[in-house]
Amino acid sequence: MSVKLIIAAAIMAATIGLTQGGAAQAAQTISISAQNFMFSPATITVKAGATVTWVNHDEEPHTIFNDAGLFRSSALDTNDSFSYTFDKPGTYHYVCTIHPRMTGTIIVE
Amino acid sequence: MTDQKLISRRGALKCMAYGGAGTLFALSGGVFTPIDLANAASDPHGTAKLGKPLFVQISDTHIGFNKEANPDVNGTLTRSIALVNGMSEQPGLIIHTGDITHLSKPSEFDTAQQLFSGLRVTEMHTVPGEHDTSDATVTEYFNRFGKASNNKGYYSFDHAGVHFIGLINVLQFKAGGLGTLGTEQLEWVEADLKGRSASTPIVVFAHMPLWSIYEPWGWGTGDAPQLMTYLHRFGSVTVLNGHIHQVVQKVEGNITFHTALSTAYPQPAAGVGGGPGPLKVPAEQLPGMLGVRTVSVVKHPQSMEFTDTTLS
Repeated sequence: MSVKLIIAAAIMAATIGLTQGGAAQAAQTISISAQNFMFSPATITVKAGATVTWVNHDEEPHTIFNDAGLFRSSALDTNDSFSYTFDKPGTYHYVCTIHPRMTGTIIVE
Repeated sequence: MTDQKLISRRGALKCMAYGGAGTLFALSGGVFTPIDLANAASDPHGTAKLGKPLFVQISDTHIGFNKEANPDVNGTLTRSIALVNGMSEQPGLIIHTGDITHLSKPSEFDTAQQLFSGLRVTEMHTVPGEHDTSDATVTEYFNRFGKASNNKGYYSFDHAGVHFIGLINVLQFKAGGLGTLGTEQLEWVEADLKGRSASTPIVVFAHMPLWSIYEPWGWGTGDAPQLMTYLHRFGSVTVLNGHIHQVVQKVEGNITFHTALSTAYPQPAAGVGGGPGPLKVPAEQLPGMLGVRTVSVVKHPQSMEFTDTTLS
């Protein structure tokens, strides 16, 4: 029992150490809304390592599709979400394949 | 002929006003005319005048949709199927112009196929809508309906002297743009039509409209004009689409264009409101806005009649 507790404490300490030791950017999480047939914000700049989550607030389903083939969600029904972590700097365009006039851009620094 | 056309136009207008169940097509004076199926069912003498139904168009069944605009899409599809099964003369085949499912889920396709198996007519030809190809791997539709086209999505066949061409315009979407057929498919159509007699009646069916109805909502196909150059020489060309959940028609020379009602839920008229989402209407109005379409040969092959029939 006590051994287990010590191990758990050690893991916690290691995790905290890792977070504080320069990987703070990995904690960045960004939410993008799909609502009224628009992505909002449509363009956003994030740090490398950020996780972006898209949430569909429409009654129509939407998809998140990167034209370079990096990421592609299934159809998201109302309140469904999709996440992707951007590790490398660059500019990433995406579109809803069901409503291609819905477009967005993620700029990763 | 004029009377029939007037009647069917009235039927189509009724569909636009109230929404619908399905559409029946007949060729009248070389022009396919849609007839509202609900009207046809409530007017058996009217349908009797039409001659043998060539085929029935069903569209936008959206199995899996469960929002306020219609919490029971299985029920309205079942009623649409009953409408078709109730026709005194059964059509030769069924054409489904896409959005079979709402979210491309395997369970939705399974339910749809189970419901379709209730049709007395067993021959069904399909093209996918963008809602049928929204799974991350784009495989669910093709696993079930890809055989006819060798998984390409486009194919042709002949029935009762009419040449049918099914096309796919929901895959090569462009950001901010319209549906796309693509070079490979267009070249295939050109080759498919080459050498065919100009007197052969042609029926082209695809999910998204093959003419621009409203570009801000993507209601059109960017490279459809190229397709039309292959079709212009034919004496009778009928273009059938779904996607917009309402009947809109246009005549351009020998080519007539028709969108169809959904069996699931209506959508707003072009540009009305924030976007092309489900249109909520009072429950008692819904059956009049859903339907199917029947096409009949009146004087084969020069005369076809279209009937849009709603569930009301």
